[in-house]
Amino acid sequence: MRVLVTGGTSLLGAAVARRLRDRGDAVTVFQRRPSGLGIREHLGDVADPAAVTEAVAGAEAVVHLAARVAATGSWDEFVRTNVDGTRTVVEAAQAAGVGRFVYVSSPSVAHAGASLVGAGAGPAEPSTARGHYARSKAAAELLALAASRPSMPVVAIRPHLVWGPGDTQLVGRIVARARAGRLAIVGSGAALIDTTYLDNAADALVAAVDRAPQLGGRALVVSNGEPRPVRELLTRITAAAGLPPPRVHVPTPVAVAGGQVVERWWERRRREDDPPMTSFLAEQLATAHWFDQRETRRALHWEPVVTLDEGFRRLREWFPESR
Amino acid sequence: MTSGAAAAASLPPSGLAGLDPAWSRLVLAPGLDGTGRTFHVLDNGVAEPDLTLLCVHGNPSWSYLWRNLLARAGPGTRVVAPDHLDMGFSERTGTVRRLAQRIADLEALTDALELTGPVVTVAHDWGGPISLGWAHRHRDQLAGMVLTNTAVHQPEGSPAPRLIRLARSPAMLDTATVRTTAFARGALRLSRPAPPPDVQDAYLAPYRTPDRRAAIGAFVADIPLEADHPSAAALDEVAAGLADLADVPALLLWGPSDPVFSDRYLHDLEARLPQADVHRFVGANHYVPEDADVAGAVLSWVNARDADTPPPPASRPERASLWGALDRNAMDRGVAVVEMTPDGPARTATFSSLAADVRRVAAGLQASGVRKGDRVALLVPPGVDLTVCLYACWRMGAVTVVADAGLGLRGMGRALAAAAPDYLIGVTRALAAAQAMRWPGRRIAVSPTPDAGLRALGVWATLDTIRHRGEARPAPPPPSPDDLAAVVFTSGATGPAKGVRYRHRQAEAQVDALMAVYGIRPGDRLVAAFAPFALYGAAMGITSVVPAMEVTAPGSLGAGALGAAVEAIAATLVFASPAALRNIVATAGELTETQREALGRVRLLMSAGAPVAPALLRRVAALMPNAEPHTPYGMTEVLPVADITLAGIEAAGDGNGVCVGRPLPGVDVMIDPLDDEGRPVGAPVDASGRTGEVCIRAAHVKDGYDRLWVTQHASASPAGWHRSGDVGHLDDQGRLWIEGRLQHVIATAAGPVTPVGVEHAAESVPGVALAAAVGVGPVGTQQVVVVLQQATGARRPRLADPALTDMVRAAVAVDVAAVLVVPELPVDKRHNSKIARGRVAAWAEQVLAGGRIGRL
Repeated sequence: MRVLVTGGTSLLGAAVARRLRDRGDAVTVFQRRPSGLGIREHLGDVADPAAVTEAVAGAEAVVHLAARVAATGSWDEFVRTNVDGTRTVVEAAQAAGVGRFVYVSSPSVAHAGASLVGAGAGPAEPSTARGHYARSKAAAELLALAASRPSMPVVAIRPHLVWGPGDTQLVGRIVARARAGRLAIVGSGAALIDTTYLDNAADALVAAVDRAPQLGGRALVVSNGEPRPVRELLTRITAAAGLPPPRVHVPTPVAVAGGQVVERWWERRRREDDPPMTSFLAEQLATAHWFDQRETRRALHWEPVVTLDEGFRRLREWFPESR
Repeated sequence: MTSGAAAAASLPPSGLAGLDPAWSRLVLAPGLDGTGRTFHVLDNGVAEPDLTLLCVHGNPSWSYLWRNLLARAGPGTRVVAPDHLDMGFSERTGTVRRLAQRIADLEALTDALELTGPVVTVAHDWGGPISLGWAHRHRDQLAGMVLTNTAVHQPEGSPAPRLIRLARSPAMLDTATVRTTAFARGALRLSRPAPPPDVQDAYLAPYRTPDRRAAIGAFVADIPLEADHPSAAALDEVAAGLADLADVPALLLWGPSDPVFSDRYLHDLEARLPQADVHRFVGANHYVPEDADVAGAVLSWVNARDADTPPPPASRPERASLWGALDRNAMDRGVAVVEMTPDGPARTATFSSLAADVRRVAAGLQASGVRKGDRVALLVPPGVDLTVCLYACWRMGAVTVVADAGLGLRGMGRALAAAAPDYLIGVTRALAAAQAMRWPGRRIAVSPTPDAGLRALGVWATLDTIRHRGEARPAPPPPSPDDLAAVVFTSGATGPAKGVRYRHRQAEAQVDALMAVYGIRPGDRLVAAFAPFALYGAAMGITSVVPAMEVTAPGSLGAGALGAAVEAIAATLVFASPAALRNIVATAGELTETQREALGRVRLLMSAGAPVAPALLRRVAALMPNAEPHTPYGMTEVLPVADITLAGIEAAGDGNGVCVGRPLPGVDVMIDPLDDEGRPVGAPVDASGRTGEVCIRAAHVKDGYDRLWVTQHASASPAGWHRSGDVGHLDDQGRLWIEGRLQHVIATAAGPVTPVGVEHAAESVPGVALAAAVGVGPVGTQQVVVVLQQATGARRPRLADPALTDMVRAAVAVDVAAVLVVPELPVDKRHNSKIARGRVAAWAEQVLAGGRIGRL
């Protein structure tokens, strides 16, 4: 199959592209900077219709990962990349006669802030999703799924907290904060949180490409199905990097309030770097979010192959070489 | 009594909670009042039904009361629920309609509906007499009667319910019922919790204006509290008519918290309809269908009418009656019962004195007016008096009600309200509690009490008077094996205490089963530190003694008290609970040299009531070197089911659960496998290696739960079996392993996980004293969480550190999401060993959702 993967420089995008290539698909990646993957690529911006049209030409399937994932930034910037960008890619794909479309989303599109305990994949809800990222991804998911047709079924896959060797987002930030002595446990640290090991997430997206004809219009949350207390996750990630466990505790209300102050400060100063805390992050760290994976596994004919334990082992092996 | 203004029938407004507008129709009964009258009727419109449920509401409600029945009735079941004329959305006739007229109204309506085929009437409140009047006139098509919180008669000597009297007083009637919604709204608000506001609004929807409420007042005024009331004759006719309906299946569903139709009215109806199945919904109030699953009960009852086949005729060996051994030993001057005090043996009774006394008291009870089938609560600690009263009741056919004092005052009160004993035999302390708590039953005092005390305690007779009355009388005719012998209450350790009914033949079979499994024979002498078994010594024909201990606290038994009891009768058998055994081991230093020698002559030690750790059994066995330690498996509903020795436990080794041994001869055990959500599939199998609900059949299985038809129906499936609520499996050697309680099964995405095996594995980790395995999250995708109590206690609940977490995960065979540590796990007071997993689960759910780690 000829597959276009947008966002090939992201950790997950690169992993999906490699997996598709390794099993014999003809893969093209599309992003702003060269990916270094050794895979045929088009460079460009997802909000640029001409560049997208060129990239999508001839593809039978599109896996759309390109997105703005930063914790800060103006709403307009998020809309431009995540909403307008998705619309551009979906429309270009339809015009090019692409036969299946996988939109890579996030469980946060349906999350209004309360704890998620064995939750299913609720409908995306831009009005209640928390933060610019989640709201823009929610709006994009709705428009992508609305475009689903028998000629081009669209399926939304929402991997939850993807991590693995090479991850600069979750693992990278946790380790950086831990090194700086700024990694805090918010609340009790007992909230159960589900995560997704990188290879499992990539497998799930490949499965979604294969199963798209049966799943048009549907959204599925993907995770390892092994929720753990957030403190345990932080401890195991820092341990993999050879660092001591987090010792600082911040009560949840303090962290949420502090996060709001920091967010405003960062926005006023137009800072581009990661703030130490945001209210969204504080909530994420203090409330459970784990998912009912039964329907996802049935629908995708997919099971996570790499367990958390194996994932942490691989992470530990990877760290010395990167240091 | 006023009649309201006339108004036409109408359809209910749309949007009433739970009401489908498609059910509503207006039906003209052409002949009524000459010109015809129009009813509003809810009707699910099933054509050519197998059965029709004719549902009759009371006052002040309307057919809305039956909406759940309409919503849930299966195919083939038509549900017809009319509003009475002048009520609900039926026509306002401008007339006053009394009971006799209302029965005629209902008949006119069913004629107009051309209701043919079998009908089960379902009625609430004053709909009861109306439905029964209809039933009496339609015997040919009457297939059953369901009554809920209603009455056909003021029970003898009972004052009319105060509320009704108040509402009926001229000063109140109009104000409460017609001019305001006080009556209509107040009746609804009896429920705890009150129905949701939208449901309350729906009940009041047809009664928005005084005009529309005229019949609410008229209904109240039509309650014949006086003999010369215009409706008294009609009500008496309905009540008398019940005698003709004694062969019609009946179901009484009751909300006992109703201040109007209290349990007294239930008992009145039970006496009139002895064939009735009964279910008391504990905590439910007047609007039973709002407070309890009445619809579910009615539908499973009507379906069970066809499906319930009587249990296969078990072969019935000739068994000795419960008092048979007393008769056999009537000439024996040997000691039968010894009462111990901390200072040594106190009262004793010989076999011959016991036999004579039992006959005397049995005859005296009969002479005093106690009838066969009457219920007698026994609130007497184990000893001579209890033995005499118990066997005297059995001998004359009274049904003994046994509720363990371990239930606490509140639990005892609930149990006695449910069992409703006609008589209550008690020691002074129990009689005082009975007076203070208003427990039912005529009081019979066991202990000698001054006259003033007797009056204060409301005593009807003393045991001595009764004994005296029986002195020269012949023994009463004995009951038959099929007569009820006892109502015994469950411990309440795993839910509210339930009354369990035993017939004589079932109790006899239990005695036989116990004697067979432990090889009990004449000459054995029993120390019973486990209350239920203390009672059976006389039936087994062996000497028995209860050591000096607080009966409500089995753990209070010390080694010295046990040793003294064993020495006093040179005991061969010791029955005790695990809590007692723990304390005996801890206080072994109290034992004298002669007590140690006496313990050395015990041949059998039985630990009953809860699982016991082999290590503990070993330490007790060291005190009784010639005794073989046994642990039976069973429950209030059937005991014993299986038995295992200490050697057997050690031979079985580790496994998924607790090995309780092979089912005893005459006991069948099957396993009903669990589905993905942890529920039994409903098809028990006799196969090894399958985990599921343990189902048991034996001659000594309970007759049924008392006044809990719904519970009994669910537990006796297949018919003749008892669903234990335990989960477990049979191994390839036919041994039964118990893996936990059904409600504690953790339904993970990978399938059901039972707690006991996980807990044992976690307890194998060094430093772990006790573990609870519970599930968090939605059923079917739950995560397993292990909560630990460590040998050296944690001061605060917390997440386990990574090293401990890793060790628990390595020990446990299933994925464990989190490991938590608490200072102390909650265990039940009675056995001090069953972990309150429900509480642990609720706590873990909240903690792992991100809440504060509060106290467990």
